[in-house]
Amino acid sequence: MNIQLILFLLLSICGLGFFSYNIWKIRYNIRLGRDLNRNDKKGERLKTMLLVAFGQKKMFSRPIPALLHLCLYVAFVITQIELIEIFADGISGHHRVFSDSLGSFYVFTISFIEILSVAAFFATIIFLARRNLLKLPRLKMKEMIGWPTKDANLILIFELILLTCIFTMNGTDEVLFNRGVSHASDIQGSFGFSISSIIGPLFFDSMSNSSLFLLERMGWWGHLFMVIGFLNYLPYSKHFHILLAFPNTYYSNLEKKGKFENMESVTNEVKLMLDPSADPYAVDPNAAPPSRFGAKDVNDLTWKNLMDAYTCTECGRCTSSCPANITGKLLSPRKIMMDTRDRLVEFGEGKRKNGKEHDDGKSLLGDYITQEELWACTSCNACVDECPVNIDPLSIIIDLRRFLVMEESKIPNELTGMLTNIENNGAPWQFSQNDRLNWANEE
Amino acid sequence: MSLQVPTMAEMIAKGESPDILFWVGCSGSFDDRAKKITKAVVKILNHCNVSFAVLGTEESCSGDPAKRAGNEFTYQMQAMMNIQILNGYEVKKIVTACPHCFNTLKNEYPELGGNYEVIHHTQLIQDLINQGKLSLEKNETFKGKKITFHDPCYLGRANDVYEAPRKLIEKLDAELVEMKRCKSKGLCCGAGGAQMFKEAEKGNKEINIERTEDAIETAAHYIATGCPFCNTMMTDGVKNFEKEDNIKVLDVAELIANAAEL
Repeated sequence: MNIQLILFLLLSICGLGFFSYNIWKIRYNIRLGRDLNRNDKKGERLKTMLLVAFGQKKMFSRPIPALLHLCLYVAFVITQIELIEIFADGISGHHRVFSDSLGSFYVFTISFIEILSVAAFFATIIFLARRNLLKLPRLKMKEMIGWPTKDANLILIFELILLTCIFTMNGTDEVLFNRGVSHASDIQGSFGFSISSIIGPLFFDSMSNSSLFLLERMGWWGHLFMVIGFLNYLPYSKHFHILLAFPNTYYSNLEKKGKFENMESVTNEVKLMLDPSADPYAVDPNAAPPSRFGAKDVNDLTWKNLMDAYTCTECGRCTSSCPANITGKLLSPRKIMMDTRDRLVEFGEGKRKNGKEHDDGKSLLGDYITQEELWACTSCNACVDECPVNIDPLSIIIDLRRFLVMEESKIPNELTGMLTNIENNGAPWQFSQNDRLNWANEE
Repeated sequence: MSLQVPTMAEMIAKGESPDILFWVGCSGSFDDRAKKITKAVVKILNHCNVSFAVLGTEESCSGDPAKRAGNEFTYQMQAMMNIQILNGYEVKKIVTACPHCFNTLKNEYPELGGNYEVIHHTQLIQDLINQGKLSLEKNETFKGKKITFHDPCYLGRANDVYEAPRKLIEKLDAELVEMKRCKSKGLCCGAGGAQMFKEAEKGNKEINIERTEDAIETAAHYIATGCPFCNTMMTDGVKNFEKEDNIKVLDVAELIANAAEL
């Protein structure tokens, strides 16, 4: 066995192994959320996923970033075809194993990948400029300071390196082919790839064969290394959306946005209160202890809320459309999602290290999200409508409010008055229910 | 002509059952500004001889502000009491001029046993025009005027109703002008989610001011609304800019009732 094959196998197995371990951890964390049935309407779900995730439908409400993002997205998906060859070559020890068997289709495929890669290269540079030179407001908000900004730039730099590796690999191989010494073929000629057949000779023509062989290998290994590195970076990054966008849109809320979840636990109690013949002691002895009303921590949220948190790529469209945020209030729906993820990572780590009963004394509500943020929400659904991957920050906000109100009686004074009025008079204001029809006789 | 407002109890006593229940809502019953909207709706219903009734003193808050404020207990108490009354009268179809009631009755009551066909008043008025029961031919009240429609969140984004109110405005022989943020991208007036009943959190601007600026930008003579809360917020916004002489805030039902000279 040669050293290249050993290195290749080692890198691949370790890389995929560590990635799988992190995926397992994320799956574990998401399953800490409470139950929610999203297994109905499979056809509609599939359609939503195809339109929103695969088809990028919601991105296009802002056409310029949508187009740039599309370049990166398509290039990323199609480049994976090249990865198949890299793995096949790595295992078999061949060089460009598909070039002979696929013939002109091979040339077409690689040429296509190259054109998309050039588009992706420029899109990446524009994205870097938008973040660092143009300083787009939604990418520069409070919650983006520190790691989130670094994370975003790192991903873009990764992408530039990856693309450079592809063109170095193909460009140097092109020059070697021109000289008749490429490992891909015994004859002299050109691969005929769209981009590298031009930029290869342009950049690398003055180099010696041995330098070219070295650079070609560096490009090949660099590509593989970046892919595996990138894969393992994903679980720690906002960039995880490239994987979770698909399941997250599949499990979208398909109901009208205005419909808030009905709390079954409350229904049972209210029925008892309203039914004069009900026996309050006739409680099923096997019934589970009453759950918490609303959410205090991440495990009180649904698994879909938690999947939402891992899917968020922090683009900030939600926040830039939030009426509370636009008018200077503390609330930022993006921060709600980032806080939920940060807390979930911490919460899950604690449970895995110290057992299921472990309590670190912290919670999402209070330690991460403040009451002031929650009370600024108008429940207008703008954030939900904006999200390109169908994340629902509003349901988290409402669940946290429910805990504040029903478990802790922490509620703005005016709202206490409003609730008392509803309970006493059947209206949020202090009017008697007997006066409800007075308008009909007034002039 | 005085308004004919039969109650459900009166109808049943006479052995009649109306085609549709008009859910007035708390604003429509008690708020002085919103009462005018309620009357405009009734004028249209009377004019078209629609067989309808109200619950009157048997109606109670739908529970929407309680649910959005996080108090599911108060919400469900209200909902179950209302459902008991509605089901007792065997109500099948409901119309309301409040998108908050509309959303709650339509989407949230079914899980508690209340299943009704619920429509917004703009949808009903559109039906009446389509059926030829209400004619706006030859009306010149709004001729040459610019009207912009402010989408209520609980009608638009929450329930995807964008067209009915716009179709009505187009019938007025006026120019419908859109704000830069409209339909699914429309900006909230600031009153939803129980904000109507509390002071806004600390910020640098009121939401209704931000929204009123959008409306002023269109140079519209009228801001049309489809929600009593939005109406309050936009009216306050216009007052804040001291433009109440140039810009009127009217519900779509009021525009139609005015145009039809009811």
